[in-house]
Amino acid sequence: MKRERRISSDKLFDICNVAFLAILVVIVAYPLYYVLIASISNPYEVYAGKTFLLPSQITFEGYRRVFREQAIAKGYLNSIYYTVLGTFVSVALIITTGYAVSKPTLPFRRAIMVFYVITMYFGGGLIPTYLVVSKTGLLNSVWSLILPGGVAVYNVIVARTYFETSIPEELYEAAGIDGSSNLGTFFKIALPLAKPIMAVMVIFTMVAYWNDWFTALIYMTNKDRYPLQLALRQILIQSQATATMMGNMDGGYAEANKITELIKFASIVVGAVPMLIAYPFVQKYFEKGFMAGAVKG
Amino acid sequence: MGKEQTAVAVPKQSLGKRVMKHWEFYVLLLPGIILTIIYKYWPIYGVQIAFRDYNAMDGFFGSEWVGLEWFRRFFTNFNSARMIRNTVLLSFYSILWTFPIPIILALLINQVKQKKFQRVSQTVLYAPHFISVMILCGMLRIFLSPYGGLISMIAQAFGAPPTNYIDSASAFRTIYIASSIWQDAGWGTIIYMATLSSVDASLHEAAKVDGANAFQRMLHIDIPELVPVIVIQLIMSFGNLMNVGFEKAYLLQTSLNKETSEIIATYVYEQGMLRAMYSFSTAVGLFNTVVNIILLIVVNKICNKLSNVSFI
Repeated sequence: MKRERRISSDKLFDICNVAFLAILVVIVAYPLYYVLIASISNPYEVYAGKTFLLPSQITFEGYRRVFREQAIAKGYLNSIYYTVLGTFVSVALIITTGYAVSKPTLPFRRAIMVFYVITMYFGGGLIPTYLVVSKTGLLNSVWSLILPGGVAVYNVIVARTYFETSIPEELYEAAGIDGSSNLGTFFKIALPLAKPIMAVMVIFTMVAYWNDWFTALIYMTNKDRYPLQLALRQILIQSQATATMMGNMDGGYAEANKITELIKFASIVVGAVPMLIAYPFVQKYFEKGFMAGAVKG
Repeated sequence: MGKEQTAVAVPKQSLGKRVMKHWEFYVLLLPGIILTIIYKYWPIYGVQIAFRDYNAMDGFFGSEWVGLEWFRRFFTNFNSARMIRNTVLLSFYSILWTFPIPIILALLINQVKQKKFQRVSQTVLYAPHFISVMILCGMLRIFLSPYGGLISMIAQAFGAPPTNYIDSASAFRTIYIASSIWQDAGWGTIIYMATLSSVDASLHEAAKVDGANAFQRMLHIDIPELVPVIVIQLIMSFGNLMNVGFEKAYLLQTSLNKETSEIIATYVYEQGMLRAMYSFSTAVGLFNTVVNIILLIVVNKICNKLSNVSFI
């Protein structure tokens, strides 16, 4: 009797819990879905509040205009370039540093960690950093987006913990006996075993580069070098659709206004989709990455 | 680190020899260290322009010393109190609202027995985190537009008059915090999910045998397991009280909502980059950093006393 009641109350909890979470999932996903359907709907219908569940009077006019826009096309290419190069450099720095400081016998290991951790809590601030970047001749160069960030210290700690806990010391010793040099061990043993942590680092770094706009706003004065996010800023925040976007359009101000809205929806989709497609592939590693960071010593 | 200790474990070697033996590791470390010296430590050295009247000819060290002049100017500015208050309040309310939600979410998601549903719901809840602040603010502007905006339409369906929320100073914090919840509540569950997944399954089994229901097990097994992580996370958020997200505040700022949206960080940017007041901007930024570091130390001390956990 008692046993049955317990099971049924657990069942009830289960049902309520799943129902609640399902509602939550819908609420979180809906704004994204709404943007998607609005980007291919007649903007007048969207404005009138008739587009809630399905796109109405499907049109790809918004995407056509967005891709015709030079700033977006250029921004897209720039962002891909910055993201690929930046991710490669940053992850290489994280992994090499993390690996080196995971070596328990390394002299000055502790001092090197302190040297890095200080930069987590104290920095020169906006202007002194800007002045150094400009003094070292990086303004308007892709390196201004990559080098001033330095080494991502938190990620170094995560990587270090991973090397310490997930790769048994015996493996290194065996490699040493086989006559492998320290660098050889790094490339042949540590790196292949570090694939899960590298996947997490790559996705986090990639997202950070793809979504960054502020660094470019400060260091890139040449608009041809603007990344996608800054091109989007013009459309989304400053509400400026350029002449190329608006070109060959009949109708007056109201029409222009509606087309601008359509362009906004389309450009949001264009800017957000790459990262939204990428992250589910490494989702299973997220917890591992966070755990490694949480047990830092 | 004592010499006697190491001497017991390994045959005594001179420091030079030990360094030489590890030279490859130093090669791996070198690029990062050089970058950090140039782009982290050189700017720290440059912070002294907060006490000087910086000009490009004389550089960080050569510019004329003016002492606390820039700080005096900041504190006599009639807006400085407002900026400090805005920074602290925005941060404080953010923590208050955004902190508990991921914990509750993680507890609930952890209870889900249908693994497929669990994974899919996690994927969806993480999604907003991968959207840029730029796009988020663009979406907010569209959704909050008084005519035809999604949120405005919903509000108006419930009888609210058309309101220009983006320009409204009284709506700024609500917009800022509500959108943070949407964007990062799901993402914030990861650290708690990771902790919960390490809870010993036999504890739950034993509790089941004893007749504890799902809710009781959550209350008496899961939550105590989370407490240490919660404490550290909370303390870290308070330790970063002054580092409230600049990007969103800046992108949501309009000339009409500055009453609540102008925070120290946006002011530093405006004065430094847009008006080229290098020394003044650095001084204001330094004030922010110093307050934050004091907070961090105090909070770390409290944390040490309470639970013997320290995060610095």
